[in-house]
Amino acid sequence: MSKQKPGWRDIPEGGLIINPGSAEEYKTGDWRNKRPVFDADKCIQCMLCWIYCPDNAINLDEGKVIGIDYDHCKGCGICVVECPDRAAALSLEDEHKKNEETE
Amino acid sequence: MARITEIRWHGRGGQGAKTAALLLAEAAAIAGKYVQGFPEYGPERMGAPVTSFNRISDQPISVHSSVSKPNIVVVLDPTLLSRPDVVDGLEAGAAIIVNSEQSVEEIRVKLNLENEDIRLYTVDASKIAKETIGRNIPNTPLMGALIRVTEILPYEEFMTQMKEQLESKFRHKPEVIEGNLAAIERAYREVLD
Amino acid sequence: MAIADNLRGQKRAAMTGNEAVAYGMKQIEPDVVAAYPITPQTDIVEKFSSYVADGEVDTEFVTVESEHSAMSATVGAAAAGVRAMTATSSNGLAFMWEVVYIASGSRLPIVMPVVNRALSGPINIHCDHSDTMGTRDSGWIQLYSESAQEAYDNLIQAVRIAEHPDVRLPVMVMQDGFITSHGMENLNVLEDDLVKKFIGTFKSENPLLQVNKPTTFGPLDLQDFYFEHKRQQVEGMEHAKKVIVDIAKEYEELTGRQYSYFESYRLDDAEVAIVVLSSTAGTTKVVVDELREQGLKVGLLKPRVLRPFPAEEYADALKHLKAVAVMDRSETFSTNGGPVFSELRSAMFELEERPLMTNYIFGLGGRDIWTKDIKGVYEDLFEIAKTGQVKNKVNYLGVRD
Repeated sequence: MSKQKPGWRDIPEGGLIINPGSAEEYKTGDWRNKRPVFDADKCIQCMLCWIYCPDNAINLDEGKVIGIDYDHCKGCGICVVECPDRAAALSLEDEHKKNEETE
Repeated sequence: MARITEIRWHGRGGQGAKTAALLLAEAAAIAGKYVQGFPEYGPERMGAPVTSFNRISDQPISVHSSVSKPNIVVVLDPTLLSRPDVVDGLEAGAAIIVNSEQSVEEIRVKLNLENEDIRLYTVDASKIAKETIGRNIPNTPLMGALIRVTEILPYEEFMTQMKEQLESKFRHKPEVIEGNLAAIERAYREVLD
Repeated sequence: MAIADNLRGQKRAAMTGNEAVAYGMKQIEPDVVAAYPITPQTDIVEKFSSYVADGEVDTEFVTVESEHSAMSATVGAAAAGVRAMTATSSNGLAFMWEVVYIASGSRLPIVMPVVNRALSGPINIHCDHSDTMGTRDSGWIQLYSESAQEAYDNLIQAVRIAEHPDVRLPVMVMQDGFITSHGMENLNVLEDDLVKKFIGTFKSENPLLQVNKPTTFGPLDLQDFYFEHKRQQVEGMEHAKKVIVDIAKEYEELTGRQYSYFESYRLDDAEVAIVVLSSTAGTTKVVVDELREQGLKVGLLKPRVLRPFPAEEYADALKHLKAVAVMDRSETFSTNGGPVFSELRSAMFELEERPLMTNYIFGLGGRDIWTKDIKGVYEDLFEIAKTGQVKNKVNYLGVRD
């Protein structure tokens, strides 16, 4: 369901974007065909996934990694590669597999 | 119809035909006349024959084409006299002023100018320029001759304006100002008909 | 250039068109000028850069390596939130083409003097209007000037038009290459402080350089929003029609010189008329006066504002005529007439009774146009009015057969 977009009278002129941080409103989660899965029990809180994630899609709570922001994660898998082998708290699985499970 | 005096300057690239037209326009404008001063619309090359133009009037000038029937022709370089375009468009009552050491009679023959109703004047502007300015720049002395022949502006007023124009352009070279003014003054006196 | 005494805030002067524009730019004193020299605009850049070097203006002058960069730097400066200008001509304008659209599309109030010159090829440095006619659909406001005086006056007004909050569109101010740009004429210039007061200070609504309110310029704008932004630009142009007239009135109060969308010269009771832009309109006035003395009812309409195109006002000014000749100093190569002709002819379509219309392409590449040529056009118009027949829709005036 897409909501009605504003008309030409109601948007800033010249294509300007004048509300900073508005990229958050643009959900890129549906670009993903593989998804990272987070295992909290294995995580050693090294924060490397949070540092390397290009979409700022690692969710934190009081400075601790608690999971993935699937609204914005594009499934690039960088977090999985960066997660240290001794922890291996992140793994990739097929997006469609997850979808089938939920159906 | 507004009465407009139209002037055509003939020189060679580098002799100051364009500068003369612009200087004359500036002086006449500040003295209260309506003016135009513009170069020939063509590539400007040192030594190549060039023309420039003036229109001067007591009423606003809106025509923006080139000049085809000048009232006055000024020739800065006597070696241009063999060119037919020097007398192009000249009609009875018009005048031609030539920088030359030769006499009016000799020049009239050289120009093949049979129409006695076209007035002819000569002045040795190159000699005057060399003696006053120190270089062969015939354009300013010829302006003196032009003022004498046309009476576009009263002489005194023209000299006042020229002094101002030259002072604003050659702030750092006072000797150039005096030389030029002397050249104009001499040519004004020495022009022959 | 020569300037005389002061008369009520104005000074009499003699300047070439280029000098007049450079002098106007000095008085406007933009924060940034980024420009590249090209014949016949060179004197503007040369003169203005000497004002900068002599400390007469506090302008950041950016010497760029091309017109593409000139417009890019001007766009950057205007986006940053300052008053920015450039100037160009002919192929220079063609070279900045891409960025010309970015300036208008980003709603940046840039003012650009353009000295009209033919486009290559073959190479030609002289006047025709093919350069700016090419950019007439680029979203810039276009003002055409007959003389050095008009080039100066249009430039000062352009600043206000461009920066008006209802408009916010860039403005080109045209003058004819060499004919006006290199011809010295009388004009009245304003005192510096009067110009400063008239244009006021520029306040950008969304400047790029504010830390507390970051703004994105030039984002990707696809199917879902681009169309809306173009629709907004049209609205800016629509507003410009009113703003141009309002500012002209204000300028008239200051200077006594009258401006509108166009100038009507002895048009009200005319039977036939010529429509022509810029310096040729001046030459046409001489012919109109001459023919009027012979009792012939001829008139002239000289467009000043081509973008926006106030079609109804143009049609209204011409509707009473029997025959109209539009003289175009550029070609469209449509084989259906020049740009001004096509547009004006279309503007007449709604009229119940229309004048007969014909088109003359003239003066391409600086070909001189004489009063006798213009007289010939009026003769043709009387023939058209008499016979009710337009023999040739498009004519070529002054070309060798």
